[in-house]
Amino acid sequence: MTEKVDETRYNGIGKVGSPACGDELRVWLKVDSQTEKIKEFHWRTFGCGSAIAATSITSEMVTENGGMTLEEARKMKPQDIIIRLGGLPARKIHCSVLCDKALRDAINDYYRRAKQFDKIVGEASRVVDPVSKVTDHDIEQAVKDGARTLEVVQQKTKVGIGNPACLPAVEELIKFYIEKYF
Amino acid sequence: MNANVYLDHAASTPLDPSVREAMLPYLDGKYGNPSSFHWVGKQVKDDIDSAREQVADFLCVRADELVFTSGGTESDNLAIMGYARKNKSEGKHLITTALEHHAVLEAMQHLEKEEGFEVTYLLPDRDGLVSVEQVEAALREDTILVSVMYANNEIGTILPIAEIGKKIQQWSENHNRSALKFHTDACQAAGYLDLNVGKLRVDMMTLNGSKIFGPKGIGILYAKRGIKLQPLQFGGSQENGIRPGTQNVAGIIGFARALELVVRDREKESARLIELRDMLINGIQKTVTKTRLNGHPTQRLPNNVNISFMDIEGEALVLYLDAAGVYASTGSACASASLDPSHVILALGLPFEVAHGSLRFTLGRSTTKKDIDYVLKTLPPLVSKLRSLSPVRVDEKYYS
Repeated sequence: MTEKVDETRYNGIGKVGSPACGDELRVWLKVDSQTEKIKEFHWRTFGCGSAIAATSITSEMVTENGGMTLEEARKMKPQDIIIRLGGLPARKIHCSVLCDKALRDAINDYYRRAKQFDKIVGEASRVVDPVSKVTDHDIEQAVKDGARTLEVVQQKTKVGIGNPACLPAVEELIKFYIEKYF
Repeated sequence: MNANVYLDHAASTPLDPSVREAMLPYLDGKYGNPSSFHWVGKQVKDDIDSAREQVADFLCVRADELVFTSGGTESDNLAIMGYARKNKSEGKHLITTALEHHAVLEAMQHLEKEEGFEVTYLLPDRDGLVSVEQVEAALREDTILVSVMYANNEIGTILPIAEIGKKIQQWSENHNRSALKFHTDACQAAGYLDLNVGKLRVDMMTLNGSKIFGPKGIGILYAKRGIKLQPLQFGGSQENGIRPGTQNVAGIIGFARALELVVRDREKESARLIELRDMLINGIQKTVTKTRLNGHPTQRLPNNVNISFMDIEGEALVLYLDAAGVYASTGSACASASLDPSHVILALGLPFEVAHGSLRFTLGRSTTKKDIDYVLKTLPPLVSKLRSLSPVRVDEKYYS
């Protein structure tokens, strides 16, 4: 069994989920403070095969070719992880969303430690459509209010109407929240 | 790596070659409709009748007490919904356990939510047992049906059906409640336990072909003479109008042959599997730390091993084992499309993380000592590997 992770080696730590919900992910980042590139991505996952695969592939995506900058890493979407994996079954989509969230949590933690508080992005209100400024929280609320399809969510939030490029991500979020709540 | 170790017999068993042989004529020349009057249909009807007689003999019941259905789910649904609906004037209270198969639980929940019934769900103890006293304490003047499974499909615990049946009979006599009936789902028990309905004192019993090396798509519901059921489907007089629709002829013939074989070999096969089962349980407990045997240590199906591996998730382990040629499951196959952990293991009073770490091996006719040795060699490094990836450490009080 692997020993406890030496957290002093890392400068950004993220966590999402709990064993009770079936998945728990932890991410430890080592970020180069000059370039803000991710040099190391250490992870542990309690979860199904898809959750493990999603975390593993994310670790490769953010560290390959000299590492992504934190800004680049933040632009990465669950959809990118899924594409790189060659697809995930519909009911496993939430695994990639979780992994994405753990990474974002670790990036926030890095900025918190670096005292760059202006760069911390609140997870509850991540903008998914910069045009309509609709956040994932808005989509969550729409699903909770009974929306089950993209059309209905759009009626409620106007998400993606002026910016169809964000629609795949919106659809993933709708799936995720339907699975989460219903 | 050419291993091919199938240890998921509780999900489905391979078709026995002699069962297949018995079925073949009905997929070929004997195509008649058993309800037809002419010779082509009549000879098929005669064969179904003999198969029904044969099944009745094995269960020590009368042939007209058997209804052929499409499988365990339909039989459970028919017993519960069919009986409750037909007899609701006698009372609207039902009793079952929290560890039943979903075919029972969801039928109960439907009656509760949509049709005004009240259901008591008995909670098992840590080993998965429900006691006679628990059942007795839950009985009421308006109780019409008790449904308790014979043996659990996930953790293998064998429930005291004969004692519960006896108590229910006494209670209904003392309280003059002839409407009170007792149903058991015996799908998993059928291969290994006594199916003598008189001894078990059940009024209804569910069996399923695909768990006893028979075909899929065939099951039976035994319903004692005099029991009135409301059909779930309509459109003909087959199976006394309880289950209309042209019979699954090949399935019925195959079911009878499959039941014949499991009854014939029951004792010998059970003894053989108990030895292999305990070898697997002991071997895992010896080679892997932080495990918990789910289900009763001895009042347990001869073919069932269910163990929680702390700190990891069962599904990931299933995938790694799959890659190594070992086919196991996290719980019931029916539930594996859902992300929820096993309702059975949660019902034992164990936390989510223990339920998530459960793995089930169910042995069968083809299982050999060599298979068990292979699993014992393959499994420990996979558990170590997944633990090295896991951030979770389960509280020590849940394993020994």
